[in-house]
Amino acid sequence: DRYSAEDKYKIWMRHRYQDCVGCLGELMGHDAFQVKELSLCTLMKFVELEAQYPLIKIEWKGTLTFPFDLLKVVVDGLLPVNEDASLLISRFQEYMEYDDVRYFVMKAVTANIGQVMQKTKERPLPFYQQNVFSLISPINMPNKESDMVKFMVKQENREELKMSKLQAHRQVFQKMWLTFLKHKLPTGLYKKVLVILHDSVLPYMNEPTLMMDFLTVAYGIGGAISLLALNGLFILIHQHNLEYPDFYKKLYSLLDPSIYHVKYRARFFHLTDLFLSSSHLPAYLVAAFIKRLSRLALTAPPESLLMIIPFICNLFRRHPACRVLVHRPGGPADMSEDPYIMEEEEPSESRALESSLWEIQSLQNHYHPDVAKAAAVLNQSLSEMEDDISGLLELSGYELFDKEVKKKATDVPLEFEQVRGLFGKKNDIFAEHFSLD
Amino acid sequence: SNPFEVKVNRQKFDILGRKTKNDVGLPGVSRSKAIKKRTHTLLKEYKEREKANVFKDKRFGEYNTNITPEEKMIRRFALERQQNYGKKNIYNLNEDEELTHYGQSLAEIEKLNDIVDSDSDTEERGTLSAELTAAHFGGGGGLLRKKVSSGQEDEEEEKPKSRKELIEEMIAKSKQEKQERQTRRESTLELTEKLDNDWKEIQTLLARKPPKSERKDKEVEKPKPDEYDMIVRELGFEMKAKPSERMKTEEELAKEEQARLQKLEADRLRRMRGTNEQAEKKPSHVSADDLADGFILDKDDRRLLSYKDGKINIENEEEEKEDEEEDEEGGEEEDENEEESEDESASEDEDDAADSHSDLDSDLESEEEDAGNKEEKKHKTNENESQTVEELDPKREAAKSELPYTFAVPESYEAFKSLLAGRTIEQQLIILERIQKCNHPSLAVGNKAKLEKLFGFLLEYIGELATLDLPELRTIDKLVLPLYNLCQMFPEAASDSVKFILRDAAHDMEEVIEVKGRAALPGLDTLIYLKITSLLFPTSDFWHPVVTPAFIYMSQLLTKCRITTLQDVIKGLFICCLFLEYVSLSRRFVPELINFLLGVLHISLPKKQAQGYTVVHPFTPVGKNSELLLVCDKEDLESWQKQNLPLGIVTRLKETSRTEMNHIRLSCLALCFDLIKKCAALYESLPSFHEIMHPVRILLTQHVQVNEYPEKMQEWYHSALKELETKVKHYTPLICEKKKPVPLKQYTPKIVKVLEFGRKQASSKKEQERKQLIQRHKRELKGAIREIRKDNQFLARMQLSEIMERDSARKRKVKELLGSLATQEGEWKAMKRKKWKN
Repeated sequence: DRYSAEDKYKIWMRHRYQDCVGCLGELMGHDAFQVKELSLCTLMKFVELEAQYPLIKIEWKGTLTFPFDLLKVVVDGLLPVNEDASLLISRFQEYMEYDDVRYFVMKAVTANIGQVMQKTKERPLPFYQQNVFSLISPINMPNKESDMVKFMVKQENREELKMSKLQAHRQVFQKMWLTFLKHKLPTGLYKKVLVILHDSVLPYMNEPTLMMDFLTVAYGIGGAISLLALNGLFILIHQHNLEYPDFYKKLYSLLDPSIYHVKYRARFFHLTDLFLSSSHLPAYLVAAFIKRLSRLALTAPPESLLMIIPFICNLFRRHPACRVLVHRPGGPADMSEDPYIMEEEEPSESRALESSLWEIQSLQNHYHPDVAKAAAVLNQSLSEMEDDISGLLELSGYELFDKEVKKKATDVPLEFEQVRGLFGKKNDIFAEHFSLD
Repeated sequence: SNPFEVKVNRQKFDILGRKTKNDVGLPGVSRSKAIKKRTHTLLKEYKEREKANVFKDKRFGEYNTNITPEEKMIRRFALERQQNYGKKNIYNLNEDEELTHYGQSLAEIEKLNDIVDSDSDTEERGTLSAELTAAHFGGGGGLLRKKVSSGQEDEEEEKPKSRKELIEEMIAKSKQEKQERQTRRESTLELTEKLDNDWKEIQTLLARKPPKSERKDKEVEKPKPDEYDMIVRELGFEMKAKPSERMKTEEELAKEEQARLQKLEADRLRRMRGTNEQAEKKPSHVSADDLADGFILDKDDRRLLSYKDGKINIENEEEEKEDEEEDEEGGEEEDENEEESEDESASEDEDDAADSHSDLDSDLESEEEDAGNKEEKKHKTNENESQTVEELDPKREAAKSELPYTFAVPESYEAFKSLLAGRTIEQQLIILERIQKCNHPSLAVGNKAKLEKLFGFLLEYIGELATLDLPELRTIDKLVLPLYNLCQMFPEAASDSVKFILRDAAHDMEEVIEVKGRAALPGLDTLIYLKITSLLFPTSDFWHPVVTPAFIYMSQLLTKCRITTLQDVIKGLFICCLFLEYVSLSRRFVPELINFLLGVLHISLPKKQAQGYTVVHPFTPVGKNSELLLVCDKEDLESWQKQNLPLGIVTRLKETSRTEMNHIRLSCLALCFDLIKKCAALYESLPSFHEIMHPVRILLTQHVQVNEYPEKMQEWYHSALKELETKVKHYTPLICEKKKPVPLKQYTPKIVKVLEFGRKQASSKKEQERKQLIQRHKRELKGAIREIRKDNQFLARMQLSEIMERDSARKRKVKELLGSLATQEGEWKAMKRKKWKN
């Protein structure tokens, strides 16, 4: 035998240790949460100890001593394919504070996604993807290299190591996200990703332009997903010189009746306001936007109307050429048809500049007094100052109600027609269709 | 003072009521004052300018303000004495000598001196007791008495008693006597007081009882009032017949009513347009003599001067009554007065008086009478009330026999409910009416608040009736009438309580949406409340404190609430009807209404692909509830008859059969068609009517399979479609209102109204203060400069006079010297001449 007794003993011990790690990895898929949690914590303890006392001898100074394979076991356990592990993942978040752990976890996740997806042949895995998302979305990337001070393993030659470089961190982060987004996502997850993308993903990437494909695809999907993709696209266009052909045409086609009703209304109109703030836009384009927005406003609830009317007024102020929409002194006296073509996809073909804003005129008869007043503003020539719509974007129906209820009235006018019962009015609609049984 | 020394500051204008400080100046006086002051201060300083010595005041505590002057003097005196202590002055001869009188130190006698208060005892005024004389007039009396007493008493005992002791004894005696007198007086005082009190107690009993004989006489004198007299008096007091206004004919009444309605309608229209109300209000009538000072003499609320019991009558009548009662407790005189006046006054007055005195009267008869009166009165009022009730509701005689006539307003909702519990609708109505009548605000002060509460109770009660498993809608139908009446009486309270209910409902919905992300449509009670709102308040106003929140709430209901069941559809259609009713006069545009109707039509269609229209929240183009109103059953389609949707169905739909469900679905659809037709008629005048109705028209023309509908439904459908399609398309380009030309800027003076003369017209208070400070500083600076200049002048003057004085003194001295030298020379020359002669 080449080995001494002590060596043999050590080899045996090493084997037992490997068995133990394997068992713990399996236990992370146990039914009871306590068991899962305990095995997670134990494994992380192992990671910490192994990093301090490496099993393999360091060959030369400057070598990494982090037990990546062990961490990979943990990450695999955290991302089960068939169940929701968000609880366990939230328990794991405390370890993600350590810069080195985060670095290796990101690497492990990238590897894990590759393995799992290859195995399942691009079949959508809602649980798995949800798990991955809940693991990687809260990742808190450092902003400066000097912020990276919290390490699980203290090593003297830390500065020279790759993992203490911000650039390396970003590289890994970017690779992880790209790997994750490469695969098809379920709709709900798609939206969630798009909501956080501009805020917590794009700024930490080395090359944000790599997200272009993903965003372009999302923008093309339509509906709420397109609205959400707009934000990421805006950052790319604005800060990274992305050239997006037919961007405004696409934006124009995004306008449909649901934009006044969806949850992301405020975000969408905030961005639309930004996109339309350029004074270099052609008048026909802005006119088409104005006409389409006001056409759609015919189905909008009052809280949206209170926002969109000042919005349109602002567009008029920025683009005085569009004022023909509200003021056309020498036009034909009577028209039998609105020249504007709603169904036309191309703003330049929509003939918006030949039309007038009859929609807003109709809204002057809106039942809500504030809407009627706001719409009546377009009858007069506009003031120079732009209205501030930032406060109106988030307006909700309940706020409107609350505001009206709290108004103090000096006197309360009363109905003078004598009541003759619940449905006793003259020409009561209820009496025609309802009975009191 | 000397008129030549007075300088008068003449003023340009005399202004009444202004006080001027400096209209008369005394330049001579003020100058001399200033000079005097300078000589005291400046000159002194000037004179001492090169002196190093300092005058020190070492008097004790001279500059210590903590010590009072008296104390200071005492301490100084003590210090002085201390300094002089022990220094015998040889020239002071009678320092330790004591003055005596009758061998007794005068100082001691003075100390013991007791001034007897001879004024205090009235009985013995003028007389002098032996002790007193002895004490005051020295030993004479004492010696005499000593002689008298010494005859009887032992010499041995008598002797050691010194004169001092004697006097002390005497003093003690006199003191004791004095004390006894005092206690006696106090006790008599107490007794009289007690007697007074006792008297007061009995006095009331005696007050009304004149001596028996007199009383009898009076009764004889005052026989029962003759019938004739009574009639005469009654006639005297009876109202003279006045020519009243002519009875109006029915036509006139109708005309008046019409005019009133027209006025109300005009009012409503004005509110509907929402134009500035202030501007349109007619200016109230202004008299030619109006001073435009805002003073209006509409009612003279000064009280007429009146006297009562010799005092000016100030209090209100109610307080007067109380006062009367209090007064009677007070003095007898007043009571007597009243008695007399009562006797004189007429018999009618007596009743009143008796009424007000009832709780004090000892007279049994009058009390009885009083009680009788009261009872009678009660009867009368009851009769009156019952008469009015009879007059008003002759029908309700049957129910009347059981119900009490008067009701208190219930304090709580529970009490209110128990009052109405178990009664029929008619009885409930009567009860409510009687509560209102018995507690009319004009009858008592607190009634208004009570009835306002009643409105809230009634509203709550209606809500409860609507939430029952079998909603008692018929009852609600009737209860709306008293609700309307109460609302007319108390608009503010009514609007507040309706608003409160709406706010609660909206708040609940918002909470549910926040927690779950979606909400269900509210129960029947809320729908009924919304309907009642439209009955109580005008829904056509541009802004209304109740109706506008109701609008927003309904809009929320139609956009936020999920439509998952047939009940939801019915509720939604009910709200649509409400919307239509709300805007039926004002013709305001409600986008939610069209959206909802489109959605309802959408869910009545089978699964569809290419649409050409878009439904918005809460409806979805595809999904589990997208065929909620679809009816495929041929038989059900055939057997359907248009029926009114029973409202109660909202709470109990589950028991109904499939066929019935299908029928209800079809009825909903028919209702929807009708509503579309009504909307089309309503919004015809809107410039973008066709754009608004575009999706509905596409749905109706391209997606609805009309042929599958029963004939009745086809009728509904066609009438709706016809209403949509017959409207002409008519567009006129928009033109902005012309801007008002901005007037050119001109150099006309800016005219500022002067509100107060003599004060700077500054913009804000702060600015005013700043200006004042600046001005004051300027003035002070000027004054200081002037003072300094005057000081310098004074000093220069002083220096000049000093120099002049010095010069003149020198001149004088030189002159003197020269003079003396001249005389010397003269003498010498004379001597020389003499010598020469000799």
